[in-house]
Amino acid sequence: MNPADLLDLEGYGHLLIQGAALTLSVGVAAMVVALALGMAGALARLSQSWLLRKAGTAYTVIVRGIPELVLMLIVYYGGTVLLQKLLSLGGGDVRVDINAFLAGTLVLGFVYGAYATEIFRGAFQAIAKGQIDAAKAYGMSDSQMFRRVQLPQAWRLAIPGLGNLWLTLLKATSITSVIGLTELARQADIIKAPTHRPFTVFFAASLLYLAMTALSDLVRIRVERWASAGFRRG
Amino acid sequence: MLGGFDLALVLDSLPELMGGLVTTLELSLLTVLGGILLSAPLGVLRASPSKWIAGPIWTYTYFFRGTPMLIQLFLIYYGLAQFKVIRASGLWPVLREAYWCCLIAFTLNTVAYTVEIVAGALRNVPLADIEAARSLGMTRWGILTRIKLPVALRILFPAYTNEVIFVLQSTSLASVVTVLDLTGVARIIIARTFSPYELFIAIALIYLALTYLTTWLFRFVERRLYRHLKSHTTEIAAAPVVR
Repeated sequence: MNPADLLDLEGYGHLLIQGAALTLSVGVAAMVVALALGMAGALARLSQSWLLRKAGTAYTVIVRGIPELVLMLIVYYGGTVLLQKLLSLGGGDVRVDINAFLAGTLVLGFVYGAYATEIFRGAFQAIAKGQIDAAKAYGMSDSQMFRRVQLPQAWRLAIPGLGNLWLTLLKATSITSVIGLTELARQADIIKAPTHRPFTVFFAASLLYLAMTALSDLVRIRVERWASAGFRRG
Repeated sequence: MLGGFDLALVLDSLPELMGGLVTTLELSLLTVLGGILLSAPLGVLRASPSKWIAGPIWTYTYFFRGTPMLIQLFLIYYGLAQFKVIRASGLWPVLREAYWCCLIAFTLNTVAYTVEIVAGALRNVPLADIEAARSLGMTRWGILTRIKLPVALRILFPAYTNEVIFVLQSTSLASVVTVLDLTGVARIIIARTFSPYELFIAIALIYLALTYLTTWLFRFVERRLYRHLKSHTTEIAAAPVVR
């Protein structure tokens, strides 16, 4: 084989770039969902209510115990059939197509929301007890204390964990290819046949993923440094 | 029927699902075994102060930790066929099998993460322990095998438990390349019966049980190994931890 052949994508390269853009979009959308669910989950796990605490625990237990792929398939195929039956109740045959971007975003957001729950919970618990006492001594209400004392510090403490979360989430977006979202992994899967160079295609795709994770890692280091400005290391 | 859960279908499919479960367990076990065998020596080399030794290993772990496992699997399963040399070689009967490609991809992936866990633990072995061993005149090999590795094992145990859970769950990706693991069998039955949620929920429950059985088993072994250490708290997270 001619060594130059190994690098030739036969003009299909732009599809990989488009795929990478979709990977980033679904990743960012899922991250937003994950952060919201994570904050809600952490508050539930730290709340006074027994029911909320148990619900928060059940959430993390389920997510840790079931593969992302299986959750994705349940929501996508199970959801399609369920909606189809629901809409056919009025009579007639209804065909439903769940939007793969939406399904992917929701499932990844749900899964990584559980990880974010643990990260935020750890961050809230790491805030020095004295700070809470001080806030109470000032007569702050619970919501004032949350906004002025707990939240700003929890964010800073959560940043390293959230950085890792983003890297893992970004790689996990590849699973949405299974439900037909034409993100990077799916695009590579599609163009492997017309190019006759499956290795070249998947290697190019992996370098694009690597570029995204490496860049994210650099940003994470920057953000961590920015967030801990004013704090002594160690 | 709306909201109806066809339990009879799940029960009828159980024998088939059990076949898939065996494949899932086999893939997980072989991946974990291969992972341990390769990660221990590579982890020691990764912790080496020489960048000529640690560097190449870092390149490998960086690539495999920075790219999705699915792409790694595709690279091996679909990608290797691009090379005539490989197709002509004696390894081809193995490398064209989806099952073996999965084993190779899963092992390379878990080794990359485990090498970093091992190297991190080795770097965290207290210096005082090593100095004490040196002052007793222990050889470098003796220090490694009798002090550094046992102490590192205790440090890495909780993180490694999580890694094993990741392996167990990610074997479900094998179904994407036609392997009939638990997920693969469920997908085949679903294609036949058009009842996705019953079977997916059934296998979800099986994965859930497997995950907590594994967590419990590792916690049990850890307690057993370190029961002489009062201070060793067996805090294996029951909650998800980012890999």
